[in-house]
Amino acid sequence: MKPTGSAPRLAQGLVRSVVPVLLALLVSGLIMLAIGAHPLDFFAGVWKYGITGSNWQRSLSLMSPLLIVAIGLIVAFRGQLWNLGYNGQYLLGAVVASGLGPMLFAVMPAFLATIIVFIVAILAGAVWSLIPALLKARYGTNEIITSLVMSFIAVGVVNLLIKGVFKDPGTSTPQTTVIPDTDLLPYIPGTEIHIGFVLAIVLAIVAQYVLSRTSFGLRVDIFGASPKAARHMGLNSTWMVILLFALSSGLIAFAGSIDILGQFSYQRADWDPRYGDAVMPLVFLARFRPVAAIPFVAFYAVLATGGTLASQQAGLNVDFLLVIVGLILLFMTVTEYIGERRRLGQSYLPPGLRRSLPVPLRAESERTPV
Amino acid sequence: MSDMLSAAFVTVFIATVIAQAMPLMLAAVGETLGEQAGVLNLGIEGVMLVGAYTGFVVTLTTGSFWIGMLGGAIGGVAANLAMLILNVWLGLNQIVIGLAITLIGEGITSVLYLQNYTKSPASLGQQPKLTLPGLSDIPVIGQALFQQSGIFWICILLTLGLAFALARTNWGLSTRSAGQKPSSLDAAGGSVMRTRSMAVLLSGALAGLGGAYLSLLTTATFSPFLTNGLGFIAIVITMLSRGRILVVMITSLVYGLAVAVGPALQVVGFTVPADIIKMLPFIIVIVMLIVFARSSVVPPALGAPYTRGAR
Amino acid sequence: MTIAGALTTGDVISLRGITKAFPGVIANDDVSLDIVGGQVHCLLGENGAGKSTLISILAGMQQPDSGTVAIGGEIVDISSPKVAVDHGIGVVHQHSTLVPAFTVLENLMLGETGVMLDKKRAAERLAELADLLGVQIDPHVLASDLGLGQQQQVEIAKAMWKGSRLLILDEPTSMLTPQAIEHLGESIARVKAQGLAVVLITHKLREAYAMGDCVTILRGGRNVGTIGVDELASYTEDQARDAILAAMFGDDLAAAGESASELAGAAEATLESRSIDADTRPVRLELRGVTSRASGRDVEAEDVTLTVREGEILGIAGIDGHGQAALAEVVAGQRSASSGAVIFDGADITRSGVHSRQQLGVRYVTDDRLYEGTVGSMSVALNLVIKRIGQRPFWRSGRIQPKAVDTEARRLIDEYGIRTPSPGTRAGTLSGGNIQKILLARELTNGARLVVVNKPTYGLDLKTVRLVREILIDFAAKGGSVLLLSTDLDELIELSHRIDVISRGRLVGSVVNDGAGTAEKVGQYMTGAIEGTDR
Repeated sequence: MKPTGSAPRLAQGLVRSVVPVLLALLVSGLIMLAIGAHPLDFFAGVWKYGITGSNWQRSLSLMSPLLIVAIGLIVAFRGQLWNLGYNGQYLLGAVVASGLGPMLFAVMPAFLATIIVFIVAILAGAVWSLIPALLKARYGTNEIITSLVMSFIAVGVVNLLIKGVFKDPGTSTPQTTVIPDTDLLPYIPGTEIHIGFVLAIVLAIVAQYVLSRTSFGLRVDIFGASPKAARHMGLNSTWMVILLFALSSGLIAFAGSIDILGQFSYQRADWDPRYGDAVMPLVFLARFRPVAAIPFVAFYAVLATGGTLASQQAGLNVDFLLVIVGLILLFMTVTEYIGERRRLGQSYLPPGLRRSLPVPLRAESERTPV
Repeated sequence: MSDMLSAAFVTVFIATVIAQAMPLMLAAVGETLGEQAGVLNLGIEGVMLVGAYTGFVVTLTTGSFWIGMLGGAIGGVAANLAMLILNVWLGLNQIVIGLAITLIGEGITSVLYLQNYTKSPASLGQQPKLTLPGLSDIPVIGQALFQQSGIFWICILLTLGLAFALARTNWGLSTRSAGQKPSSLDAAGGSVMRTRSMAVLLSGALAGLGGAYLSLLTTATFSPFLTNGLGFIAIVITMLSRGRILVVMITSLVYGLAVAVGPALQVVGFTVPADIIKMLPFIIVIVMLIVFARSSVVPPALGAPYTRGAR
Repeated sequence: MTIAGALTTGDVISLRGITKAFPGVIANDDVSLDIVGGQVHCLLGENGAGKSTLISILAGMQQPDSGTVAIGGEIVDISSPKVAVDHGIGVVHQHSTLVPAFTVLENLMLGETGVMLDKKRAAERLAELADLLGVQIDPHVLASDLGLGQQQQVEIAKAMWKGSRLLILDEPTSMLTPQAIEHLGESIARVKAQGLAVVLITHKLREAYAMGDCVTILRGGRNVGTIGVDELASYTEDQARDAILAAMFGDDLAAAGESASELAGAAEATLESRSIDADTRPVRLELRGVTSRASGRDVEAEDVTLTVREGEILGIAGIDGHGQAALAEVVAGQRSASSGAVIFDGADITRSGVHSRQQLGVRYVTDDRLYEGTVGSMSVALNLVIKRIGQRPFWRSGRIQPKAVDTEARRLIDEYGIRTPSPGTRAGTLSGGNIQKILLARELTNGARLVVVNKPTYGLDLKTVRLVREILIDFAAKGGSVLLLSTDLDELIELSHRIDVISRGRLVGSVVNDGAGTAEKVGQYMTGAIEGTDR
């Protein structure tokens, strides 16, 4: 059931996805000028430290956790559930790897230990999402707030763990024991990119298939379009909320554990990369399609990898990335607005969310006059 | 035990409770105004940070806390302009815009602060104190309550004034109807746009004031991510208070109490890890959300942009 | 008492050449008419004829593309609802504009301009208006606690709040009991006696010549006929009906014939389907003391006992919002029963869910066809098989089979005459009538034995109304059972073999539909249960 003329629609969709990013970069450049920083230095730095030499390999390594977080968000957003507790969920997964990991690696083969770490991390994330999910399913409590609050609590719990039971007795700074290189995820042969990258790509393809081709994916879409319709079709909405939240949160925690086992090898207290904040606009731009998220995540991975050093060189600090991300979000809504007005391409939002946008007049006149 | 009850200790404790409660109260009152008019502002965290930063900078340059507070309010209004234009006027998604405001607010204040003030740490100087003859001399409570800055009293009066206005004036009725059923307001000849715009601007001013109170009076300095989730707590307080500003005031005090308990315990010899103190308000909030799950009601039209004729 | 700005009798509001187009449809096409003080002007036409758009223009909610409105000879530009209110134009919309969480008084004060709320003055004004309308309204109850009749009284008071010269009532009788309609008629008469102009919008002929002094008929956005005051007064009831019908249906009249006049509510409705030997037929559905489990703010079904037999249409009459949705859902399996038993074909299905009931042949056509019955963003084809999700042949091992879905969709589109560009078209872009056909096609095929239908023709055009009713009669004639929930008494009488009356979630009476007098009996049950508890 392909819509007619899918090629031009695809092109328009692409325009609508790329324009916000370009506008955000442009305006962030102007902001840099305004506060006396050097935008050209910044963007040159992003290129230099994000791509040239072997830096592209670092960017690809960063893609792995970002892409998995993106898939996690897509699963929830498709079902019209705003899981905004991603920062805490991510750190929980990470601390499972950095805290439990060293203990497991000491007593069993690395392969087995890695599997156990992944499973425990996913479970930890899933369990953490139970409170928001149950409150939402049972009382309709706004999950935005509950998941956010739970995220702040998770950050505290993770810090306590790192300063407590998981602390490396060998150092005075609060951090976990460093996992030896031999126990970390292996590299893709011939590169310094850990296999988490491959895992993430495979996961994106699987998720794309499941969401777009199977009855489960359709159920998620129905639920996302209208919980009322879902109930009418006999879907169990309580179960759906819990399942989607657990999947989303579990995936995000999984990303955290991969990041530790593939990249960082230990975790410091108060470390919070906030990948979810950056990924969120990207999944909108990808219109909640896991495979479509890959190029956007790649773009941001370069921006983040290069941006850390580049922002310092340009007279800024790394938090400037938050401004860019925020601007992408703003311009995304504006582009969406203009697109809706002009009926260009497709919308970023699932129908359920789109309903909070103004209904174009055409649709208006088609409604049943009652 | 005698330490616990000593006059000086209680004075400090009450002062801490107030210092912690005020920024939250102001922000939550602002959020309440917005939500009553049907605008959920997830950007309040960013608005508070902008208010805190502008308040800090203005106070540093002018040397006046009063002008600093005003600067905070103006900063808050400016930060909320995005919500006004994109959501109220153009009807775009509130959640996305709110998050964008939060991210930009966090990022830009952090960048500006580190750019301008890391090399030479700035001090704000002595806070103004308003001594009320007679009242200020009451032991313990007098020192805690009646030697507060005049800013404290103005903020309290402002809040009470808004509570009154919301309940008793035509403006208040219009504002509440814009969140309950905007089509009714429209049909009655009122303007949903104007009512919501007004509410969003006022909400920004109050959240900015809350941020400025935090940086000027509570912590007496600015640092990146100073609010640390306080804006989100304000949203929860708003949800739980169901639009009643007096309840907002009381819940904010409860929050202040919870935060003040940590340092107080430290004084008497219990060491509570800083992480637990930071987590505590969120734990309280989630417990409150669970306990009052049934009653956290938000206005029916919250989040829905108004288009005439659309149902 | 004085009504500020009231038209003196004979004063005129003139609409000239009003045209308003929406993309793809011309809602008003060069409409002209005069509204005169001290008269009730009926605006008649079927759904989509342009009545709502015309009053939106008078109310300042829409601006005409061309044409003028003049009050007392002076051309005015009604650019917003506020301007309309200032000109003394008050509208009682079809859907309540009261804020449920506000008290009556707060609702009435909304839109005042002073700084402070003046409750004292408002209460005085309310008393004044209540007196004028001949009603009693408690100023301090919440609007959500009012009965529908009383809500409407408050709406009328609100429309006249600032001193009205024109009162517009949009389909005011659609939700009322026969008795409440009588009250409304009295209030309108009193308003008219004050010299105000009243515009009454309706799609029922009977009301037009019972309440109106003159009639304007809209069809396809055009003014296709006006019957003046003298003319209408000189007609007998039959003559008036024929004149209106001729204007309403024009050349179609011959084709539409009797059924059209029935649909337009010109005559008392009568049972179309032949009576059946109900007692000898096996029971298909039985509810024994069913109370539905509370879910939110709906009125729940309470202690409902009923039976539907094979080939029988059981109507459930009642005012909107009296537990119909709960009753429908508890049968369909969407809502669980906290007590009682649901028996289907002799088996207890109280505990089974939507899916297993669906398999057994229990089907449900919901009244919310846009957001509950269909997923507007998905294709017509998917919507047609959506309740068989995961089942063969449309899904194999979890994977969708587009060919099988497409084949089934084309079959149903053909059979039910669903007008859609293609099976792949998004369902939400179709008209209400075609969406309703999607629902019927989906629910009535593949082994349907009992169908619950809630307000099946609400908001549809006459042709589709006809079609939907025929489909239901046909389904019953072939042995299917129908539980028909409706607020339209004429529809119930036309289709049902028996009619049960629901009020506040309870069944309060049962009438066998065997000839004249059914409407009165049902109406008595409705009001008998409602009067006294109407607040």
